[in-house]
Amino acid sequence: MKYQVIRSGESRSFPDHHPLVANATSSGEVVVITGSMAGSQLGKLADPGSKLAILVELAGECLGSHTGEQHGEEGSNVLGFARFRLGQSAPSDLVELVRQPRTPETAIAAARQVLEAAGLQVAVCNDFAGRIIDRLVRPYYNAALTRLDEGLASAADLDTTLKLGLGYPEGPIALLERTGLAHHHDVTLALFDACGDPAYAPARRARVAKQRGG
Amino acid sequence: MATAIKTVGVAGSGTMGAGIAIVAARAGLKTIVYDTRPEALATARKQTEAFFAKSVERKKLSQEQVAGMLGKLSGTTDIGAMAACDIVIEAVFEDLKVKHALLAQLGKVCPPTTLFASNTSTLSITEIAAGSGRDDRFVGMHFCLPAQLMKLVEMSPGLKTSEAAFQTAWDFCKAMGQIPVKTKDSPGFILNYFLIPFNNDAIRLVEAGVATPADIDRAVKSGLGYPMGPLELLDLVGLDTHLLVAEALYASTHEPRAAVPALVKRMIAAGHLGRKTGKGFYTYQGNAMFGG
Repeated sequence: MKYQVIRSGESRSFPDHHPLVANATSSGEVVVITGSMAGSQLGKLADPGSKLAILVELAGECLGSHTGEQHGEEGSNVLGFARFRLGQSAPSDLVELVRQPRTPETAIAAARQVLEAAGLQVAVCNDFAGRIIDRLVRPYYNAALTRLDEGLASAADLDTTLKLGLGYPEGPIALLERTGLAHHHDVTLALFDACGDPAYAPARRARVAKQRGG
Repeated sequence: MATAIKTVGVAGSGTMGAGIAIVAARAGLKTIVYDTRPEALATARKQTEAFFAKSVERKKLSQEQVAGMLGKLSGTTDIGAMAACDIVIEAVFEDLKVKHALLAQLGKVCPPTTLFASNTSTLSITEIAAGSGRDDRFVGMHFCLPAQLMKLVEMSPGLKTSEAAFQTAWDFCKAMGQIPVKTKDSPGFILNYFLIPFNNDAIRLVEAGVATPADIDRAVKSGLGYPMGPLELLDLVGLDTHLLVAEALYASTHEPRAAVPALVKRMIAAGHLGRKTGKGFYTYQGNAMFGG
């Protein structure tokens, strides 16, 4: 399927060379808008209704902030997306593809086809703050940092337990220190603001890292 | 790694007890499994022999090695046999009264030098030790399921455990080829403390309609590199088992993330326990899984 990529600002999902960008054509049935200002391009597209799908890169915001919402009946050929990435580590192969209640299945199928053809894995989710992974994993990271403070175990033993016991590739403490505690702070604080759930409140170690500038 | 432990007692011949006995016998230690139920001992023996046969088939052990290991492993319904043990690891039902009753009996037959250990995953080591009559010589040793395959052991001293007793148990654990980690005597230790709320959070995503189980699992596996998604794992463990462990953790911590989501009780009421009933977050037919 032919697709067009429009760049609008720096992209967290595609900071470097990637087949999705390299294999794009000058026009197509699908439009992928990447970058920090992707949402602002939506209103500038000529004849957007003629496209099978229009994919807008999201940061932490909901898709509805770009499309508008209508009492739970919203949905069009516009989908949101973000490639999951922890801090400044390389982006993973996972793309969280954001739909709305009335998004046509044809639009989802077209978006999935384009993304998977570029070697990416697609998980479809509804338009919730934090999408799937950040919503799921940030309370776990905060709990790990808090329990380290409380002396449940050493950082090494916490990490070893979760790696050997559950097969995780990396323990939470080493992972957060590698990818950036300050970045975790920013993501989890945004979720705390959005959800009001104390589980998202940044753990002390994340706040300290943020105060120290990363 | 040297160990002062030469003879190991395992009380309880269920899945965990049988697995721990395999670990000890495989390390060349004389191992005695005690259970009041002869049929449970017989079943454990058969499972142990089958496990070792597989090890030979996979060329991990020779016939001679297995014969030696099985020769060191015995079962008994006579609690008096525990008198010969340098350490007794209890792996009986997760009920404080049941454990205290067992420990009171063991306390009468074992010499004062015998260390006691508990494989509990949910109860407090200090509380179990309080009924042992030797709380200074009592250690938490939580093996992971299946014990004969998983290297990790969460080791916890109770409030009264002596440093010497903990060190002896630690050295023994390493001598068996296991990897011990030290954790406080705290609800769920490390593994369950983090896993149960994480799994509850994944269930809450399903409840809230954030994504389907298959999309959540796919995201976790490809985004975080976990070997299994949380909802696949819950289907494997069984929703009824998850409920028991989560309720025990919540009762100890009262942390909101440990509280079992309402969806779990609805699924249990509907018989959707996971793989064992053919339906949980996914639908199963034979070895096929649907919904992924």
